[in-house]
Amino acid sequence: MLQFIIRRILIMPFILFGVTVLIFLMISFLSPSDRAALYVRDIPKNDAVMDGIIKRYGLDRPIYEQYWWWLVGRQDQVSGEMIGGILRGNFGYSRSASQPVAKLIARRFPATVELTLYSILPIIGIGVFLGIAAAVNHNKPIDQITRVFSIIGYSFPSFVFGLLALMVLYAELQWFPPGRLSPWASQVVDSPLFHSFTYLVTVDALLNGRVDIFLDALRHLALPIITLSYINWALYLRVTRSSMLETLRQEYVVTARAKGLTERGVVNAHARPNALIPVATLGGITIASMLGGVVITETIFDYPGIGSAAGAAAAQLDVITVLSFTLMTGGILILANLVVDILYAFLDPRVRLS
Amino acid sequence: MNKPVDIAETRLDDTPHYLAMRNNAPAKASPLMTLLGPENYRLARNIFKNPLSLIGIALIVLFIGVSLAAPLIAPPYATRDPYKIPRDGYGPIPKEPGTVWRNNPPPLPVWLKALGFSEWIHLFGTSSGQWDIFYGVIWGARSALKVGVIIEGLTLLIGILVGSLSGYYSGRVDAILMRFTEIFMTFPFLLAALTLSAILTPILGKGLWPASIALIVFGWMSYARLIRGDVLTVREREYVLAARVIGAKDSRILSKHIIPNAIYPTMVLASLDIGTIVVSFAALSFLGIGTEVGYADWGQLISFARNWIPDLGHYWYILVFPGVALLLFVLGWNLLGDALRDILDPRMRGRGN
Repeated sequence: MLQFIIRRILIMPFILFGVTVLIFLMISFLSPSDRAALYVRDIPKNDAVMDGIIKRYGLDRPIYEQYWWWLVGRQDQVSGEMIGGILRGNFGYSRSASQPVAKLIARRFPATVELTLYSILPIIGIGVFLGIAAAVNHNKPIDQITRVFSIIGYSFPSFVFGLLALMVLYAELQWFPPGRLSPWASQVVDSPLFHSFTYLVTVDALLNGRVDIFLDALRHLALPIITLSYINWALYLRVTRSSMLETLRQEYVVTARAKGLTERGVVNAHARPNALIPVATLGGITIASMLGGVVITETIFDYPGIGSAAGAAAAQLDVITVLSFTLMTGGILILANLVVDILYAFLDPRVRLS
Repeated sequence: MNKPVDIAETRLDDTPHYLAMRNNAPAKASPLMTLLGPENYRLARNIFKNPLSLIGIALIVLFIGVSLAAPLIAPPYATRDPYKIPRDGYGPIPKEPGTVWRNNPPPLPVWLKALGFSEWIHLFGTSSGQWDIFYGVIWGARSALKVGVIIEGLTLLIGILVGSLSGYYSGRVDAILMRFTEIFMTFPFLLAALTLSAILTPILGKGLWPASIALIVFGWMSYARLIRGDVLTVREREYVLAARVIGAKDSRILSKHIIPNAIYPTMVLASLDIGTIVVSFAALSFLGIGTEVGYADWGQLISFARNWIPDLGHYWYILVFPGVALLLFVLGWNLLGDALRDILDPRMRGRGN
């Protein structure tokens, strides 16, 4: 067990190294003037100025030198300041958002965290509930219905589902608007009287005693939550169902039945805890990938998180920005995978004790 | 992981025909069974017994039919690229389904004439910019299939190459190739594909290729892993040993003996991923990283709806027709895939998420 964790941790630097090399290879496809966005805010149109920038930031140097500078940064020969270095948090400048990428990430991240926090409960909770219902009623109507429901769910392109949801629940019924806050509410939130403690609007609204803003934020969260839930339920339903079916066939479950427990007791006390181990690990991965931004859902609903920023940057071919998001999400996913593997080992005594 | 089950050995005995054969009554075996062989027969029987996979097959056949018959259903102008959607003027306001085509309509299709119409009407309406939605949906089926088959084929090719080399040579080659695969798997798929297509678009120009290449580059890993596993088992078979004993070269053993015997399950499953591939492509197109405006591509057509969100109740047809086409296309492949995965290979159950 300890050996397994150590091996996983030892392999991580290699994977991270590979990921950064691959990303930098993609950067090296760009022209020097595009690459200049790694270091300067405005790309000059003037050739002579551009040549100066290429020299100053070493954009004509061999690729391994450029990679190293990109990774750890270096001292600027002109100003003497440290420039670049993704390890120091310098990802370059975002053309599409006209600000440093790191600042863009910092500003957009709370909205994504908020969306993740609110979506993860319905995704996992209802997905698991349906999965257990399907497994306990194996081959009965509930199983068939949830099966059809889940095939349609994972076939539904998220942007089609999201736009249909907007059409019905916003354009027609006017229930749930897109965006993050109504104009009146964002005015209040931006005013000096409103204290932002966490930058999670719902939490801050309650801390400021503004229930109306809290409710307004929830109304805006509804559509993305509904969309993310529906397209993710299928996954949880299937994993829970197959894991539960397997567990119900185990001998210890047969023993529990044989000693006279009710079916409900067997399911709740004996089968479910073990059947949910794979769900726990899957949940970790879902949270991690949602924290990296759900590009399409955020874009459709005009939700100001990481994902919609990445989508907008890509549409404007702002490579440096999209790339930084990819790098960040990749990093989160690597960490999450590690945590999940360790968690898995702790949850499952068969792995823990071997 | 369990030892892979040889398909030919599984569950043969639950077909009545097999029972009949065991009871020395070969005359009862249906002619279809002799034609297909017992294993394919079992497969076909299970597929056609299941209503969900039947619906899936019907949908796939429908879309293949539509894409083959596209020039008859919606004839293009004689001189222009048929994938470019014809437009009825340039106005920004969408027109309702059933409006008559006023400006420079393309040739009238035979079936519409047979129904007694003397001029083209916008069957599904037009989007802003007056692109005809019906034409786009019909020719969009063709570009979806084209994109799906090309991307899937090339992705599978890379997967086969990496997976078979890795499985056959094992040892250090395997370790390196598998770490390489792991690095690619670390990338968040959609973001990585977005990045690469944003890089490739200025180089290759707008069109099918940047997004396709991006989806291929970040899509081959699971096939490589599956094939590697199958190669590892096939490698130990006696006929491979025999080939090695008579002195066959590695390249010959791989291409003649191992790959043909190892790729079949992965190939079938990969072909069913066409639906997923087409959605990913449509997603990139929807985000504006894909085909040019006016190209017959569902993702592109759906993205028009983004400009009308507050009025979608009124202009529902810009979203509903291409959206439903895309949904049904994917649903078809997934319905068949779901059934086939269950029947084909117990190891694959639950994959395809």
